[in-house]
Amino acid sequence: MSAPRRQVHLAAHFPGVNNTTVWADPRSGSQIDFTSFVHLARTAERGRFDFFFLAEGLRLRELKGRIHDLDVVGRPESLTVLSALAAVTDRLGLAATVNATFNEPYELARRLATLDHLSEGRAAWNVVTTSDAFTGENFRRGGFLDRADRYTRAAEFVRLSRALWDSWRPDAIVADQAAGVFVRPQDIGTVRHDDRHFTVEGRSTVPRSPQGHPVIIQAGDSDEGREFAASSADVIFSRHGTLEEGKAFYADVKRRLARYGREPHELKIMPAATFALGGTDAEAAEKAAEIRRQQVGPQTAIAFLEQIWGRDMSAYDPEGPLPDVDPEPEEGLSQGRVRLADRTAVAAKWRAVAEEKNLTIRELVIEMTGRQSFVGSAATVARRIEEFVQGEAADGFILVPHLTPGGLDDFVEEVVPILQERGVFRTEYAGPTLRDHLGLAVPRPALRDHLGLAVPRPAREGAS
Amino acid sequence: MTTVPLHLAVALDGAGWHPAAWRDPAVDPRELFTARRWAGLVTEAERGLLDFVTIEDALSLQSTLPDGPDERAGQVRGRLDAVLLAARLAPLTKRIGLVPTATTTHTEPFHVAIGIATLDHVSAGRAGWRVQVSPRRTEAAHFGRREVPPLDPRRLDTDLLADLFGEAADAVEVARRLWDSWEDDAEIRDVPTGRFVDRDKLHYIDFTGARFSVRGPSITPRPPQGRPIVTVLDHGHSRVPYELPARSADIVHVTPHSRAEAEAITGRIRALPREGEPLKIFADLVVFLGEDAAARKAGLDELDGAEFTSDAAVFTGTAEELADLLLDWREAGIEGYRLRPGAVPHDLEAITRRLVPALRRRGAFRREYEAATLRGLLGLPRPDSRYREAATV
Ligand SMILES: Cc1cc2nc3c(=O)[nH]c(=O)nc-3n(C[C@H](O)[C@H](O)[C@H](O)COP(=O)(O)O)c2cc1C
Repeated sequence: MSAPRRQVHLAAHFPGVNNTTVWADPRSGSQIDFTSFVHLARTAERGRFDFFFLAEGLRLRELKGRIHDLDVVGRPESLTVLSALAAVTDRLGLAATVNATFNEPYELARRLATLDHLSEGRAAWNVVTTSDAFTGENFRRGGFLDRADRYTRAAEFVRLSRALWDSWRPDAIVADQAAGVFVRPQDIGTVRHDDRHFTVEGRSTVPRSPQGHPVIIQAGDSDEGREFAASSADVIFSRHGTLEEGKAFYADVKRRLARYGREPHELKIMPAATFALGGTDAEAAEKAAEIRRQQVGPQTAIAFLEQIWGRDMSAYDPEGPLPDVDPEPEEGLSQGRVRLADRTAVAAKWRAVAEEKNLTIRELVIEMTGRQSFVGSAATVARRIEEFVQGEAADGFILVPHLTPGGLDDFVEEVVPILQERGVFRTEYAGPTLRDHLGLAVPRPALRDHLGLAVPRPAREGAS
Repeated sequence: MTTVPLHLAVALDGAGWHPAAWRDPAVDPRELFTARRWAGLVTEAERGLLDFVTIEDALSLQSTLPDGPDERAGQVRGRLDAVLLAARLAPLTKRIGLVPTATTTHTEPFHVAIGIATLDHVSAGRAGWRVQVSPRRTEAAHFGRREVPPLDPRRLDTDLLADLFGEAADAVEVARRLWDSWEDDAEIRDVPTGRFVDRDKLHYIDFTGARFSVRGPSITPRPPQGRPIVTVLDHGHSRVPYELPARSADIVHVTPHSRAEAEAITGRIRALPREGEPLKIFADLVVFLGEDAAARKAGLDELDGAEFTSDAAVFTGTAEELADLLLDWREAGIEGYRLRPGAVPHDLEAITRRLVPALRRRGAFRREYEAATLRGLLGLPRPDSRYREAATV
């Protein structure tokens, strides 16, 4: 009874470029106007959210060799828009998804430290590892990185970034006007890094930032991804929506922490979550069904089917039955989306469901994809969220609204106050930085007595 | 006498362009890396109705040596990323142009292009990009992906510089193609067909150059200005002087030290081949303003232990005298100026509160912002996407 209730962490995901985001609704606003970003960020801050989150995709998605035109298309450069948002928010964390394959550490570490300065300690980096040649066509080195190396590069990237963030002693800037000493040059370390992916030597241009290190988020599900998170991340963005899956993932990842000398509370697990709210649970269920129909329009239903079947299905009626054709076993129809592991097995499962429930193509796609994580009245949704957090299936959620920019309004008006009343969500920010919101310590600067500052190898490197 | 108004920009960096400027008691040197200080400076510039501010940047620490750290304690060291800084200032201003420096040498053209496009979106059409190259070995060592020869400041006309300028021209070409890669009306939100975009209005740019190739299209919709403003500082030392800005920039910043030099420079630039709108020629000047300007500069020189000189001409004098000089050089074909205040805030406030009124009295500066975008302030039209014609014919 007296055990302290575990606290919920919440983040706001700006609606993305897949069919979760409903654009055909009259309330749907611009995906690119700055006012949309301001609206969602201010709503999240009013709700005392931990952070605001932007995803990234560095190539427009394609289907059948053509740009996919059925979903929202077009996004800003994440760090640039977050820097602008720092001017219109005070406390909200600002998290950018930025790829570790098509960036270089010196430049990206500098940009992240800049955001941390300009937001007074609210920056976070979601490290993603997309490395396919399709995306690579927009960059100098093309698809240079073997998929197997995506996390060795990411881990080395983060390690080198942290060395750069640590390289200015916190008190390097003296700013003594009378004595004429602005900075102590000996307190700006020279980073020397020579390893598998990077050979870098030199000094950072950015003084130590308020958080020391911006918060590191990891999104990726493989064994290597989990290991990378356990060794290097402060937050995991996951996709485990059910209570059982969530518990298994949570236990698995938290178990890995000990290997790196880390405590369970040092890594927060925050799955993506969608929601539909109503005055009553029944009303919410109706609303959820309506949103699903908006998310899966007739053309989108066919597009989903084509991705699984791997062939052109445009001749079939989305409101008609599933045709009796087999999937194409080859890859290659869709680009820029997560790959499907085994299309024959998935297709067989879909067919079984369609036959059992007598569903049209569109009904089947609605049934099989992207159901909302939380559906119910505000009280029901608040209770469910708490159930996940108290049950150690999550430390909180990254909420993905289906409408830009007002999709979080109701949640903040109705669900947040209930969580606050239950004593599981803050009513005020406890401190100014994102680390404060997440209960993460400020990393101790790696103090050095000399200029040379070799980047230390991680304890466990070579063990796997 | 009626005259075409001058364009006026200020170049912001640290506590000003004099290395001892940070020691002025009016400066709180602990504030140099805060958004608060930068917000104060850019709103001051906007109060003066200036066309734009530029923000200096580089991929290595400041140094008095041509390459490598100088271990000096008495000067400002450290800089924030200029594109992000400009974005941080955008919501705090309404009309002034924001022109950060970004290098083309070790960066990804795709990332720089969408960063500047995003700056244009968050500022509703006030973005520019001051293109710069990073020739130093120090900078190359931060990336570890290129071998570069030592930089000889007395012999800049080298293959290295030709190579870096060529790469810069390619990066600008990629950026502009990416900015054009979404036609203005690509987003259709057509409910009956279920299409959010008309994909025939999204274009691959298929650029291939010596250093990179980029497929496109951009992931960011077309910026409000269509193409944000590109500026290049050029000292005329490259193999074909001013070729890069003539080919690739909307504005060139030049560094004449006299009216005669200004005339020579504008003559050379106008003789170069150029497509599209004429290149705007802005002169850079470091300015120390006021009755006591010379004494103030001498005092700062003494604090720094060296006489301050610059690639640009150094002006000391009153705002009235500077106004006369600016109008005099205009006769040599200079259309605007980028003033580098010697010490900030002092010389910035002298520009906005004394120079600007002095120019107005001479009929040579605006009394209110006449346009909402930087292109508008510069009198440049909003270009159509280069891909539009091909698509509709
Ligand atoms: C919840 C979640 C969100 C993701 N968001 C992005 C994203 O915005 N941009 C991106 O390039 N990759 C994104 N990814 C992909 C991952 O970063 C990762 O690169 C990919 O899943 C491959 O790694 P894995 O094999 O460990 O899953 C996301 C992954 C997950 C699980």
